[in-house]
Amino acid sequence: MSVLETRGGSAPAPAPQAAPERPPRRRPASRWLVPMAPAVVLLAVFFAGPVVWSVLLSFTDASLTGSAAAQTSFVGLDNFVALAQDPAVWNAVVLTVVFVVGSAVVGQNGLGLSLALMLRGRGTLVRSLVTLPVMAAYVVPEIVAAFVWYAFLNPEGTLNTALGGLGLPGQSWLFTVPILAVVLANIWRGTAFSMLIYLAALSQVPADVDEQAQIDGASGWARLRFVTIPMIRRAIGTNLVLVTLQTLQVFTLIFVMTAGGPGDKSETLPLLMYEQAFQYAALGYGTAIALVLLAVGAVFSLGYIRAIGKEEI
Amino acid sequence: MATATAPTPGTAPGRGTTVPPTRAPRPTVASPRRRASDVIVTAVLVVIAVLFAVPLLWLVLAALDPGATLQLSLPDDPGADNFAAVLTYATTVRPLLNSLVLCLSAAVITVLVATLAAYPLSRYQLRYGRPFLYTILFATGLPLTAVMVPVYSLFARLDLVDTRYGTILFMAATSLPIAVWLLKSFMDGVPVELEEAAWTDGASAMQSLRGIVAPLMLPGMLVVGIFTFITAWGNFFVPFVLLLTEEKLPAAVTIYQFFGQYGAAAYGQLAAYSLLYTLPVVVLYVVVSRWLGGAFTLGGGVKG
Repeated sequence: MSVLETRGGSAPAPAPQAAPERPPRRRPASRWLVPMAPAVVLLAVFFAGPVVWSVLLSFTDASLTGSAAAQTSFVGLDNFVALAQDPAVWNAVVLTVVFVVGSAVVGQNGLGLSLALMLRGRGTLVRSLVTLPVMAAYVVPEIVAAFVWYAFLNPEGTLNTALGGLGLPGQSWLFTVPILAVVLANIWRGTAFSMLIYLAALSQVPADVDEQAQIDGASGWARLRFVTIPMIRRAIGTNLVLVTLQTLQVFTLIFVMTAGGPGDKSETLPLLMYEQAFQYAALGYGTAIALVLLAVGAVFSLGYIRAIGKEEI
Repeated sequence: MATATAPTPGTAPGRGTTVPPTRAPRPTVASPRRRASDVIVTAVLVVIAVLFAVPLLWLVLAALDPGATLQLSLPDDPGADNFAAVLTYATTVRPLLNSLVLCLSAAVITVLVATLAAYPLSRYQLRYGRPFLYTILFATGLPLTAVMVPVYSLFARLDLVDTRYGTILFMAATSLPIAVWLLKSFMDGVPVELEEAAWTDGASAMQSLRGIVAPLMLPGMLVVGIFTFITAWGNFFVPFVLLLTEEKLPAAVTIYQFFGQYGAAAYGQLAAYSLLYTLPVVVLYVVVSRWLGGAFTLGGGVKG
């Protein structure tokens, strides 16, 4: 009973006699516990459980094979010390930052905003001509996007042929600049999301504000910089957090296109985590890497809640 | 971006633009300068559209070309040979059926469980309702990839590795946060007054949920279900880690194996397989967007 309060009444007031009460006046805990139980159990077992478990596991030498697999022992901060001293981890951190900043913050966010701004006031024909391929790239499953870009960037692929047609030299993109290749593929795949967010945000910007600034003699850049952008500031913040979170965990696209290679030239944190945990069977170490990823994601997720949560709950 | 800037009235027309103001026969209210920048913006947009379309165009053309290479080219002798080659039970049919079973089960479980959980969150003032919703929102942001290593070791411990139901439950659990969040806000849009009548007639909360609230939010439930399905359908990493037996693998994983085995030679077949695998998702997207009329106007629709 104490957990529940009737709608509208915030104080646990003594039962009012006069006011006509809603029928479910007495609400035993089962009223909310029963319908919420399946969700809570599923989330606890398959979501919260593994996260807590991973925190514990990262302090052990758990392994898929070998002596440590049979008998797992507590190793304290060893995994994290090894993590901080491992050049492969730093390589992965740098590559992850490059991937996230290049493909999400600059690429998807920048291109999505540019597209939304350019699409303002265009006719239906131009709008659908642009949104159709951009949306199609977004709808296609991640692994298919990886195949498509594997073919596009292949030495015998379409890009090199097109460059050859322009008299420019081609190259084996996936081999010489693998991180650029996966950044481009991820921009292609994810721009639609940012574009949709910004199209929605811009449609809320009243046209008369922009027109007034125009009458006052503000140039296009000035209006963009001082009128439009400030008015969609919240959308920009939300979008940046969301695309960062989505890009931070990209695995399939890179795994299929380059598998982290050649060598470790495109081995971002999710790829390194996979390699350590499942290919080298170092579950404890892989989990420690996963925790780093989780921690970075958690920070951004908190930012996300601050950005949108307050008003919506 | 520079092309996105609109002209300033009062300055000389045509200054700073490379394209001369073309005078279209159609009358227009815009100044010539404005039309010139419009032309540039439209040109840039078309270039971007082409850049987005070309990689996908290869997929479609290669699938129809029995002699497909990695280059975009019109098929000399278009035909369905590639589709015929991959449309065998073990290569595509069984994996696609596996995908269907996994994703449909996960979507149904997600929607049912999330609707049940959304009801008290929407209808009662729960002391822990707000923290619960914050936790849910927080969980939607966590990188799922990072959870896979501990999930695997948990599954190994619980003997759930390589079981369909384990994978389905995990997929349902990972889509629950966003589903609860969405369904709770849809449910807030269903007026509580409708239920009060039922309550006075002695209906229980669960009865009014089933008889009054659920029918009114059926569109919202379907949308959440379809998005759960689409997400699960495209998910490669989860079944790749949690399922092992060939007979249980969904198309997301078998298409990767196909790529590993034949991807370096049978490009046309890989493209055909990709199209078969992509088709259901595209159909669902089109259905949902047609149905919602482009915008997510569900809350208002329910209220009216």
